[in-house]
Amino acid sequence: MARSIRVRLNGTEREVQIEDHVLMLEMLRGLGFLGAKLSCDAEVCGACTVLLDGRPVSACTTLALEAEGRRLETIEGLAQEKKGGAAPPKLHPLQQAFIDNFAFQCGYCTPGMIIAAKSLLDEKPRPTPAEVRHWMEGNICRCTGYQTIVDAVLDAAGASGEPR
Amino acid sequence: MLRRFQVHRATTVAEAIELRIQFGDDAAVYAGGTELLLAMKLGVARWPHLIDIKPIAELRGIALNESVLRIGATVTHWDLERDATVARAIPALSALERNVANVRVRAAGTLAGNIIFAEPHADPPTLLMALGARVILAGAKGRRAIPLVEFVTGMYQTALAADEILVAVEVPVATARRAAYVKFQILERPSIGVAIAGDVHDGKFAEAPNIYVGAVDEMPRRVATQTLAGASLRDAGTADALAEAARDAVEPIADLAGTAEYKRHLVGVFARRALAAFAEAA
Repeated sequence: MARSIRVRLNGTEREVQIEDHVLMLEMLRGLGFLGAKLSCDAEVCGACTVLLDGRPVSACTTLALEAEGRRLETIEGLAQEKKGGAAPPKLHPLQQAFIDNFAFQCGYCTPGMIIAAKSLLDEKPRPTPAEVRHWMEGNICRCTGYQTIVDAVLDAAGASGEPR
Repeated sequence: MLRRFQVHRATTVAEAIELRIQFGDDAAVYAGGTELLLAMKLGVARWPHLIDIKPIAELRGIALNESVLRIGATVTHWDLERDATVARAIPALSALERNVANVRVRAAGTLAGNIIFAEPHADPPTLLMALGARVILAGAKGRRAIPLVEFVTGMYQTALAADEILVAVEVPVATARRAAYVKFQILERPSIGVAIAGDVHDGKFAEAPNIYVGAVDEMPRRVATQTLAGASLRDAGTADALAEAARDAVEPIADLAGTAEYKRHLVGVFARRALAAFAEAA
């Protein structure tokens, strides 16, 4: 069944036509939001993480219709456009921290990593290293070895990195 | 990519039951979708209709009434791990919920869905069985409550009737009762979980404790504990007896997490660790 849903996508009200069996990731990528990635397709790797009313969910295994009347946030919504539009947008502190800490290599997992980390910092602005590791354990990276990712999240939280 | 289906949003329990009767085997009950949609994507299950029970107000919320903790059918793992009432009443359940799957699955997946799916590699059923939990089912002929140990009948099998939905999970809460759950995991789901619940008097089991071993067999298995009544929690002999009884309680199934022999070994190791955690529990 086709239905029309209203969703607040990265702060903008949108009306989207979807069918019941369409997955949230299919809807987002169809709308041109390509940050969330399909990878494991089984809620294991975190590459498709988006926030639904602030909670992280796997867009690969969530129905698009679940976004009806709710707030949906993706990586595309994090950077702030500067007035005038000519200057590059101001990155979110997590995005800047991922660059500063060399927290990605191939970058495929990065949108999911940053979105997952945002939901952590929104709930707990000053997490401990153990809390960062516990929250992020469902996001898989095959390049970095994770330490730089943990460092980046702690950096964005204004905390010093883990002692090495 | 999913095959086509239609989602029906039920707003009352009665409406959900009507839809169950109307569509029969062509419909599945849908809440978090973390197991259901996965099974449908893998092609192991197909339903042309899903009955969404999330709009039903009665299925929401966690409440402590006298000596029973009532967990509504659409309560998620995320809700449970953050709930102050759960943390006070059954700290072992809070701790377990903090470590179910990953944060995204906890945010969407429900406790009731976890139970109904009856996937053998799961955490909650093992502890809930040790705690003596029961499930409340609603169907065309009314409601019934049955112990969780009777509700789960096998691998992916439950006693849920074709016209029924699970309304709530109820867990008895006794203030003197301790509980502990320990697990070991290398993949996305637990390789083994051991739960202990029981009353303690003077550092000893006041009576035979409830001990279940989960994730290694087709369903959580009860450990024979009659000989542990009165046994000291910190006695090496108690740990030896428990480890042996736990190994005897299961028929491990070999899978990606290990061979049957390896898993039986793990059962002994984690039975000891569960006892140590139980002795530490406040």
